[in-house]
Amino acid sequence: MLDVNGVQKIYRGKDREVEAVRDLTFRLEEGELACLVGPSGCGKTTLLKCIAGLLKPTSGSVEVAGKAVTGPPRDMSVVFQEYGRSLFSWLTVQGNVELPLKEKKLSKERRRTLVTEALEAVGLADSARSYPWQLSGGMQQRVAIARAIAYEPRVLLMDEPFAAVDAQTRADLEDLIRGLWQRFSMTVLFITHDIDEAVYLGQRVLVLSSSPTVVQDDVAVDLPAERDQLTTRSDQRFTELRARVYSEIQNAKNGQAASAPAAT
Amino acid sequence: MTLVIRTVRITRRGAVRLTQLFLLPVLLILLWWWYSSASASYYMTTPGEIAATFVEVWFSERFFVDVLPSVGLLLTGYALAAVLGTTLGVVLGLSSRMRATAEPVLEFFRAIPPPVLVPLLMLLVGVNTPMKVALIVSGCIWPILLNTIEGVRSVDPVLADTCRCYGVRGRRWLTTLVLRSASPQIMAGLRQALAIAIILMVISEMFATTSGLGFSIVQFQRSFAIPEMWSGIVLLGLIGVTLSTLFVQVERRVLRWYDGVRAAARDE
Repeated sequence: MLDVNGVQKIYRGKDREVEAVRDLTFRLEEGELACLVGPSGCGKTTLLKCIAGLLKPTSGSVEVAGKAVTGPPRDMSVVFQEYGRSLFSWLTVQGNVELPLKEKKLSKERRRTLVTEALEAVGLADSARSYPWQLSGGMQQRVAIARAIAYEPRVLLMDEPFAAVDAQTRADLEDLIRGLWQRFSMTVLFITHDIDEAVYLGQRVLVLSSSPTVVQDDVAVDLPAERDQLTTRSDQRFTELRARVYSEIQNAKNGQAASAPAAT
Repeated sequence: MTLVIRTVRITRRGAVRLTQLFLLPVLLILLWWWYSSASASYYMTTPGEIAATFVEVWFSERFFVDVLPSVGLLLTGYALAAVLGTTLGVVLGLSSRMRATAEPVLEFFRAIPPPVLVPLLMLLVGVNTPMKVALIVSGCIWPILLNTIEGVRSVDPVLADTCRCYGVRGRRWLTTLVLRSASPQIMAGLRQALAIAIILMVISEMFATTSGLGFSIVQFQRSFAIPEMWSGIVLLGLIGVTLSTLFVQVERRVLRWYDGVRAAARDE
């Protein structure tokens, strides 16, 4: 569903070149939920922009559903970390969710159905007529998530979406994402710097090295599909996986090669 | 019982507000009254006399001959400047190359005080209404243009990326993203321009014309019709206050979201 082939990104400044991403190759199957973790400053955001078609990679290619990405693909939606800056303050919650659908030239009834369904799915049915600035941070990010879902994407990209919300809201939003993923059967790529979050959410965790970035490790998360903040996080297997991802990230920071590349 | 207390409270609050609004104007009028009646100067007229003359002079045919055309002129020039200024501002704000080319020229034109354009415009356009409109536009356009450029340049990159991801482009991109993002700055420019427009309206009517508010005031002064002259000045002040009150009403509606965002940021 999502193919990333040898993506490299070099930023060329006046007198120096910065290689942010060296060589990234991975593949997400249809309906998969994968998390990308890496040390801070490892080029996660650069990678996201390349996948989203906002940035052209220096070499390599990205394919969504077999089609090469040259600009933002139609069947992909993105949730950014800065929820406050990715919502239109002058539009209501409903207006924010509906805007991309107008551009999709959907009928009024269809738009209304999608908006209502998406807002209900994120638990904001009662706030449709509010403005984003009247809501808390967590609720604002729910609006951005509702907008992404109403767009009916086949691939959902999330760039550290919960980095700026408090811990309790974060736990709620993590469960929300798993619920939505199961309900709407999308392919989800979730970028985060939080190891616990990556293991808790994903079916698979891709560990990135520090910049210039390569895939350091690919960990399959063999936890049961029904996850729960309390029981899953205290599960023996969860702790093992968490430790493994953690040590890989330490290795990545110290510049060592993966102990077991692409192991599962 | 509570109803009585509440009514008293509301009345009291209303009284405080009224006092705040009118205390200083009333004091100033009293001061003026005392000074003008004590003064022996022929040119100082008491507020009572000005008020009586005001009714007599402006509640007459003059309202249609002098006042309405002047206000029409003002609004025409202002509207033209608003349309031209925002359009050019959006174009220049979006293209850094065009901005680099145009900026030195803009700075030069902006530095020219508009009143000195009067002789030039009289030669180029002639002594007529288009000349007056041109003068108002030439003065008003700068704050609108420069503020629009700034506003368009400061569109949030995350919001711009959001629009790209969701395929928001063309007209909807322009109106929903660019113009709305820039609206606080555009409104600030429009507010400055309004004050300039009033000044330029008066100046445009002081040269080689035979009607209008500016012309009337100069005419009264030259024929020693002093109370009439004062009443004209008062009328100009009232027009200014009315227009800026209307502007504030419009601004409050357009920038409701902006006030909300700022209030929310303060609470955090």
